[in-house]
Amino acid sequence: MAAGVATWMPFARAAAVGWLPLAQKTMPKPPVDKKSRSDEILFVNVSGLRFQTWKNTLDRYPDTLLGSSEKEFFYNEETQEYFFDRDPEMFRHILNFFRTGKLHYPRHECIQAFEEELAFYGIIPEIIGDCCMEEYRDRKKENQERLAEDTEAENAGDAPLPPDATLRERLWRAFENPHTSTMALVFYYVTGFFIAVSVIANVVETVPCRPIKGSIKDLPCGEKFSVAFSCLDTACVLIFSFEYLMRLYAAPSRCDFARSVMSVIDVVAILPFYIGLVMPENEEVSGAFVTLRVFRVFRIFKFSRHSQGLRILGCTLQACASELGFLLFSLTMAVIIFATVMFYAEKGTKGTTFSSIPASFWYTIVTMTTLGYGDMVPDSIAGKIFGSICSLSGVLVIALPVPVIVSNFARIYHQNQRADKMRAQQKVRQARIRMAKKGATNAFLQHKEDGGLQDGDGDSTPFCVKNRSAFEHQHHHLLHCLEKTTNHEFTDEVTYSEVCVTDSVGFRTSRSTSLSSQQGATTTCCSRRAKRRAFRLANSTVSVSRGSVQELDTLHVTKTPAGTQYPQSRSSLNARTEDLKLNCDDYTAAIISIPTPPANTPDESLPNSPAIPGILRNSRSSTFNTQDTVKISSL
Amino acid sequence: MVLDGMELIAITVVIGLFFVMFKQFGVWEPLSLDESSDCELELSTVRHQPEGLEQLQAQTQFTRKELQSLYRGFKNECPSGLVDEETFKTIYSQFFPQGDATTYAHFLFNAFDMDRNGSIRFEDFVIGLSVLLRGSETEKLLWAFNLYDINKDGCITKEEMLAIMTSIYDMMGRYTSPSVRDDDPSEHVDKFFQKMDRNRDGVVTIDEFIETCQKDEDIMASIKLFENVI
Repeated sequence: MAAGVATWMPFARAAAVGWLPLAQKTMPKPPVDKKSRSDEILFVNVSGLRFQTWKNTLDRYPDTLLGSSEKEFFYNEETQEYFFDRDPEMFRHILNFFRTGKLHYPRHECIQAFEEELAFYGIIPEIIGDCCMEEYRDRKKENQERLAEDTEAENAGDAPLPPDATLRERLWRAFENPHTSTMALVFYYVTGFFIAVSVIANVVETVPCRPIKGSIKDLPCGEKFSVAFSCLDTACVLIFSFEYLMRLYAAPSRCDFARSVMSVIDVVAILPFYIGLVMPENEEVSGAFVTLRVFRVFRIFKFSRHSQGLRILGCTLQACASELGFLLFSLTMAVIIFATVMFYAEKGTKGTTFSSIPASFWYTIVTMTTLGYGDMVPDSIAGKIFGSICSLSGVLVIALPVPVIVSNFARIYHQNQRADKMRAQQKVRQARIRMAKKGATNAFLQHKEDGGLQDGDGDSTPFCVKNRSAFEHQHHHLLHCLEKTTNHEFTDEVTYSEVCVTDSVGFRTSRSTSLSSQQGATTTCCSRRAKRRAFRLANSTVSVSRGSVQELDTLHVTKTPAGTQYPQSRSSLNARTEDLKLNCDDYTAAIISIPTPPANTPDESLPNSPAIPGILRNSRSSTFNTQDTVKISSL
Repeated sequence: MVLDGMELIAITVVIGLFFVMFKQFGVWEPLSLDESSDCELELSTVRHQPEGLEQLQAQTQFTRKELQSLYRGFKNECPSGLVDEETFKTIYSQFFPQGDATTYAHFLFNAFDMDRNGSIRFEDFVIGLSVLLRGSETEKLLWAFNLYDINKDGCITKEEMLAIMTSIYDMMGRYTSPSVRDDDPSEHVDKFFQKMDRNRDGVVTIDEFIETCQKDEDIMASIKLFENVI
C-alpha cells in the first residue's frame, strides 16, 4: 500500500465506529501491537553524515531496507546507530522519499549511481515523481543505448575466432570485418574498385565521342566502343554476383541477410544485366530494357559498405522517417492548394502556361523551393499576388522539419564516432584486463618463489617485507590449495613453453583465459629437475630465474617485450646479496583495483570479493637468500 | 496513354512518396523506432529481504556481529539480495585468473542454492557457510558429498565425478607444470573411486564416502584448516 496512507490508518480505523450500529455480526478483535507505541528517533550514519528521523517515517515503506528488519544488519551496538557505508549525498534523496513520499531524481548525479543506490535501499525507480520522471527516463534511455553500443562494439569485434570455426564463419567474419585478414582486405578493395569502375563506365558511356570515320554526328562513347563497355559491364556484374553469392553462403541467417538493405541493393545492381540476358530482342521490350539500365546506378549504393558516412546518412534518413513524412505531407498540401489557386487565377489569361492543375504543380514546387526557373510565370495581378504568397510560405514549410533532421543526424554521427573510439579503446582495455590477470598470477608465483608457502615461515627472512594484504595472503592460500588438489602447479607462460616444448604430446588445451604464449628468449632446454623460472612481471625491470639447489645458480636475463636491457650478473650458490639488493622504494604499485574488504573486521568469505585483485609491481629484483631452497614439487 | 519506361518509374516513385505520407495519418503501422517497443519500463529486478537476525542466528552458528558483517558484504555485491548464476560465475572466476572457473562455479552454485530456484539468497549463503566453517566434520563431509552428487540422488557415479574433476582441472589453466594431460582427470577419478568405493559397485554412496574420509588422516587434518576463514 502506498505511502502516506499509513499515517491515516488510525483515522480510518477510528472512523470504523460509524459502522458499529449497522454491523450484522460482531467486530473481530484488533491485532495486538506488541511493539511499544511511542515513537523514537533513529540515528542513521551514512559515511559520517548523521541523519535523524522518526522510526515511523521509515516504517512507512516496509518493503524497503530502511523500513524493514533488514536494517538491523547494519546496526552498530556501540554507537547505537545504523551505519551505512554509502553515498551521503544520495541518501538525502532517499530519506526525502520516506519523508514526503515522492522520490526526486537529482539531475547532476549519474543515473547509474542513482539506480544502484535505489537498488541498495530497496526502492523501485518507478516511484520517481512526475516532476523528475521525464529527465530520468531520457537519461536512462541514453545510458542504455550507450551501453548497448559498447557491448556491441565489444562483441562485434576483433575478438579472435575460435580455432574450430567453420569455413562459413570465417568467411562471414572476413566479409564483415575486412581488416581482420589480408585476404579480406584485398577483396574489400577489389570490390570497391570495381564498383567505382562500373559507375564511371556507366557515366562515360553516354559522353559523346568523336564520330567514326565517315559519319557526321557525334556518337556516345557507349556505342562507339560498345564491345569494350559490354565486356566491362559483364566483368563487373560477374564480380558482384560472385560476391553476393559468397555473402549469401556465409551468412549465419540467410533469411535475415536476404532481407537486409545491403543485399537488396546488391540484387538490384546486378539484376538488370541478367534480365537483359534473358529478354528476347523485341522492339518494344528493348525500350523497357533501356529503362532497366537506369537501375545500374544503384551500384553506387554498394559503396555504403565501404563508407561510413553513407551509412550514417542512411541511418539518419531512417531515424527521421516521420519528420520526412511530415515534410512531404505539408509540402503536398501546400502544392495542391497553391496549384489550384494559381490555375484558377491564371485561367483568364490568354496563352497561359498554366494549362491544368497538374501543370501548375511544377510552378508551385519551383516557387516554394525558391528555385524560380521562370518557365512558368503568372501574368494576372491575382496570379502575381498568390504567387508571392506561395513563395513566402514555401520557405517556412520547408524550413520547419529541417532542424529535427539535422539534430538526428548529429546524434547518429556522434554515436558512430563514439563507437569508433570504443573500438579503438577495446585493445587498450583488453590489454589492461590481461595485465591485471597476469599481475594476479605473477603475484602468486612470486609469492611461491619467496617461500611464502613454506609451513612455518621462520628462517626465510626476505629482505624487504612485501606489503601484501590479508586478501592477497588468503588468495594465495586458495590458489595453493587448488594446486594441492590437482597435484599440478601454476607457472607462467615462459616456463610453460619451455617445459612443454619437450613433452608436448597430449597436453590439455583447456578453455582457459590465458594469453597466447609468447616465446621468451630461452637458452638451454630444461628438464624436470632443473627448474628454471623466468619471471616476467608486467612492468618489471629485471627478470630473474633461479635454478634448483643442486645446480649452480645462474642469473639468466631474458628480454622483456619492452626490450630494456639489464645488467647480467652471475651468482653462485652463496649469492652475493649486494647484487640482489631489493630496492623496496621502487615499488610503483600501479593498482588496478583495490579489493575492498567488506567490513570492519578482517573477514572474508569466498564470493564476496568485489574486484580483480591485481597489483602490478615494479620491483627491481626478487630474490633473496638462496640458502632457503624453495622446494618446487618435482614429480 | 502509353507510358514510357521512365514515366513509369516516375509515377511509381510518386506513389511511393504518397505511401510515405500516409504514415502521417497513422493509417499504416510504421516501423516505429522507439515508442512502442520498450514503452513499459522493465519492472525492477526481483528483490529479496532476508529473514531477521534472530532467526538466522538460530539457524546458523554465527554470532550476531559475524552475520552483520557477512550481510554487509553480501548486500554490497548484490543489492537486490539475490545472486544469480551468471554473477556468481563472474565473481568466482576472478579468483582463478589463469583458468576457466565457470563449470566449477556452476556446481558450486548448485551446492549453495539449496532450494534450486536459480538464485542464492542470503540465507542459503549464510547457512552454507555455517556448515562449512562451523559445522561438525560429518556435516562438512556431507556438504562435499552434496557438491559431488550433481543430480542429488544420494550416490556419486563415475560420470558425475569426472565432470567435477574436469571442472577443477579446468581452473588450473594452461600454464601448469607438469602440464595437465587429457587423461589426468580420469586418472584422478579412478584413484578416487579406488579409495572410496568399498563394494566396487561403481558408485560411491554417502556412507562409504563418510566412512572412508573419516579414516583418512590427511583429509581430517585438512578439514580443520578452514575454520578461520571468517
